[in-house]
Amino acid sequence: MKRFLVPIVAAVVALGLVGLLGYGLFSRSTDDSIEQAVASGRFPPAPSVELPVLGSEESQSVAALRGQVVVLNFWASWCIPCRTEAPILERAHKRLTASGSGTVLGVTYNDSRPASLTFADKYGMSFPSVRDVGAKLAERYGTRRVPETFVIDRRGRVVDVFRGQIDQAFIDRALAKAQAS
Amino acid sequence: MRRALALAALLFVLLPVASTSAATPKVDLIDVEDEVMCVDCGIPLNTAEGAQPDGQRELIRELIAQGMTKEQIKQELVAEYGPDVLALPETSGVGITAYAVPLVLGGLVVAALVLLVPRWRRRPAAGMGTAEGGTVAAGAGARPVSDADVARLDEDLARYDG
Repeated sequence: MKRFLVPIVAAVVALGLVGLLGYGLFSRSTDDSIEQAVASGRFPPAPSVELPVLGSEESQSVAALRGQVVVLNFWASWCIPCRTEAPILERAHKRLTASGSGTVLGVTYNDSRPASLTFADKYGMSFPSVRDVGAKLAERYGTRRVPETFVIDRRGRVVDVFRGQIDQAFIDRALAKAQAS
Repeated sequence: MRRALALAALLFVLLPVASTSAATPKVDLIDVEDEVMCVDCGIPLNTAEGAQPDGQRELIRELIAQGMTKEQIKQELVAEYGPDVLALPETSGVGITAYAVPLVLGGLVVAALVLLVPRWRRRPAAGMGTAEGGTVAAGAGARPVSDADVARLDEDLARYDG
């Protein structure tokens, strides 16, 4: 038995290291469970984390906006497609606030506060944005790239998702879906 | 008197500047870049290329211009980008294994040495033997050194010395 001790210990350690490597790779893989749920017609509850509002001392969360339609948009000042999206989101925000039915909520992703503020100012973004330092909220939405947009209905469920640059047609369709559900 | 007052005023102005520059070592971008990560690409910032790492560099330059030390800059980067910006493994979740695995492996190596070294020491060395005339030869497969060999070696050395 003694002569097998060292090989057994070595094998256990090697298996442990391989398992650890597998876990590390798996835990960092892209989570697309929200998309899959939405595609199959099940609307999953929108993940929520309370985060500081950009340019303000206040904080905001998706959960606190329950009862309203929310267009949750992950963006960054260094993201080129985000420049194109900004006016579309701004129009959606004005439409939602004018009807009192909801809001656009931006989420900054891997971006510094000064750069985000400059971008929001430059592209006329009047809607609020929260700072997701450490990408805690992004992780819960499976966001690894920007821009990404999630449309949440009054019951706090994700009814539509788009990973990439949205267009007006997507917003129109998603808002209609959120308001109808 | 007037000269003394002017000198005192000059010292009053210059001393804080001198003490600040002595206490705050000069930091440059390269110095900080190799100790922080590109948060979007997960590689050291000094090897990262793209708009996001350029944004991080821009912020570092601004903080250097504000006269911050390297540690202050790192703290500011953590406040802006989160703890992942530091080139250190996380202290929770899977990241903790980066600290635990070397400790566990080190412990196993020490345990193996404690178990195996006494056993190796007890084992007789292979190839150790005594040749004719009491001369010892060491090493596996080594031919024992005879008295004739020793005498020939002494002759060769004497010839060499002469």
